Amino acid sequence: MNFLPESLQGTARRWAVPFALLLLTLVLVPLLRMLPVDSALHPSDYTLTWLGKIMCYMLAALALDMAWGVTGILSLGHGLYFALGGYMMGMHLMREIGRDGVYKSDLPDFMVFLDWKEMPWFWTGSEHFWVTLLQIVLVPGIVAFVFGFFAFRSRIKGVYLSIITQALTYAALLLFFRNETGFGGNNGFTDFKRILGVPLAQPGTRTFLFALTGFVLVLSLLLCGWILRSRYGRILTAVRDAESRLLFCGYDTLWFKLSVWTFSAVLCGIAGALYVPQVGIINPSEMSVGSSIEMAVWVAVGGRGSLVGALLGAGLVNGAKSWFTAVFPDIWLYFLGALFILTTLFLPQGILGLYASLRRKLSKSGGAA
Amino acid sequence: MSQLVLDEISVTFDGFKALNKLSLSVEKGELRCIIGPNGAGKTTMMDVITGKTRPDKGRAIFKEIDLTQLSEAKIATAGIGRKFQKPTVFEKLSVFENLELALKGPRGILTALFARLSGEQKDRIGELLATVGLAGSEARLAGSLAHGQKQWLEIGMLLAQEPDLLLLDEPVAGMTDHETEKTAELFLSLAGKHTLVVVEHDMDFIGRLGGHVTVLAEGSVLSEGTLAQVQADERVIEVYLGR
Repeated sequence: MNFLPESLQGTARRWAVPFALLLLTLVLVPLLRMLPVDSALHPSDYTLTWLGKIMCYMLAALALDMAWGVTGILSLGHGLYFALGGYMMGMHLMREIGRDGVYKSDLPDFMVFLDWKEMPWFWTGSEHFWVTLLQIVLVPGIVAFVFGFFAFRSRIKGVYLSIITQALTYAALLLFFRNETGFGGNNGFTDFKRILGVPLAQPGTRTFLFALTGFVLVLSLLLCGWILRSRYGRILTAVRDAESRLLFCGYDTLWFKLSVWTFSAVLCGIAGALYVPQVGIINPSEMSVGSSIEMAVWVAVGGRGSLVGALLGAGLVNGAKSWFTAVFPDIWLYFLGALFILTTLFLPQGILGLYASLRRKLSKSGGAA
Repeated sequence: MSQLVLDEISVTFDGFKALNKLSLSVEKGELRCIIGPNGAGKTTMMDVITGKTRPDKGRAIFKEIDLTQLSEAKIATAGIGRKFQKPTVFEKLSVFENLELALKGPRGILTALFARLSGEQKDRIGELLATVGLAGSEARLAGSLAHGQKQWLEIGMLLAQEPDLLLLDEPVAGMTDHETEKTAELFLSLAGKHTLVVVEHDMDFIGRLGGHVTVLAEGSVLSEGTLAQVQADERVIEVYLGR
């Protein structure tokens, strides 16, 4: 970017990634989708769903990075918030099926199968899309707020906090596995037909959901960037580096931690809600221990503390996952484990950290020459 | 009236009496030095005053408030600043940003989200940078400073809070002679406007400050007076030399 005046370089760097993402998801891909289906450049439904799914993961990684990379609160249970957002959307999509299910009943198929005569109370209102939108934000938000309040007030930190985030998510997994819980047991929700009355299988719907995901991702990236550039953002960094100093400066760190924690959970819930209509299924496996740890791996690989790093990590690791699970399905988990260990040992700041230090070295040797 | 009164404070850790009915009072504007052998309870005393440790018994009164009922953050905003034994600054923030966060003002989340520094506040940070000898280093990451500079930055952050009472735990540890000299000058210029309580081992430094000295041993006050007086006190010689 040397052709730009120095004053504009920071601005250019700040806007380059969001702008490129926006162009790609809102303009380029929708335009390519208009090409005839047999054209080589036409992204197939499969490709589109795959990319959309990865963007949801990117959003989840961004959310986790705000808590972990920026504030130093390592959650190994963010799968819970992703799943809660997903389940809220899933409930609505189940209601949208109407009487088109296998049993031709007003009740979702799994309830008919369990011989339930009416819907549990907490399904009330899920037929309205606006209620669902509220739930997507409120349910993960309230769960995170209550959990965070007690954990942070008791000054639980570091590895102890990570362990209880995982324990909570595991407990939720067991709960959602039970048919009696009312969320479809181990099968979860699937066989969705429509969203807002429009068939999900329609190519236009898929393109729209893809573009919407891109738009939400860019908006979230800009919002997080704005937060980090505010004094609030600097306080979050200070919480990570020297919380006691901040306390003795007069900041009640409980509220700063709790607010970013809740924000992170809500963002993660939105990611889950965007994921479900595109992928077409939500089940308790999203709350498995492995899923949550994978999220931490994305952030670590990309570069924690850097927002673009989180997106990059989620993109690269999931790209690698798709390739590995297709070509060498048995060794994917070993690869993931090795990746995490190698990153921790040799790239503590992730790929973006490596890029930054290479740039510094290059500019130094360039200056000397 | 005294600025700070500790009234029969006792703290026990697993049966060990860290503080044993400690009573102490510090006048407004005073520069008080606290000395004592290891384990005498100097740091625990600071923990009690700043709300980090709750005493089993006793009260700590500052400006008619009982500190033993308040959180760390509330005590800090009530006007007490503390410097840790090990210099503690925000390593990944610049020197300027460290001072910005410490600057006196509202501490809420919304304020923090929308805060913009006023020209006045920027000038204030400039003054502080000059006071602690870090002018010109404001853009450096605090983590890249030398040990002594970190001590100074932390002192600068304390001053930014504009506290009435400053608690300084071994402020010149790891400083060069020159830096120690400058720190003594700074403290002497602060006394009067602020109340200072300094815990130190460096007797030359304490001599230079010249204030009242309190000797702690086994969790309570052993002796009090000028440095010459306490140094002549038989009981003080005994705890230091272990006779």
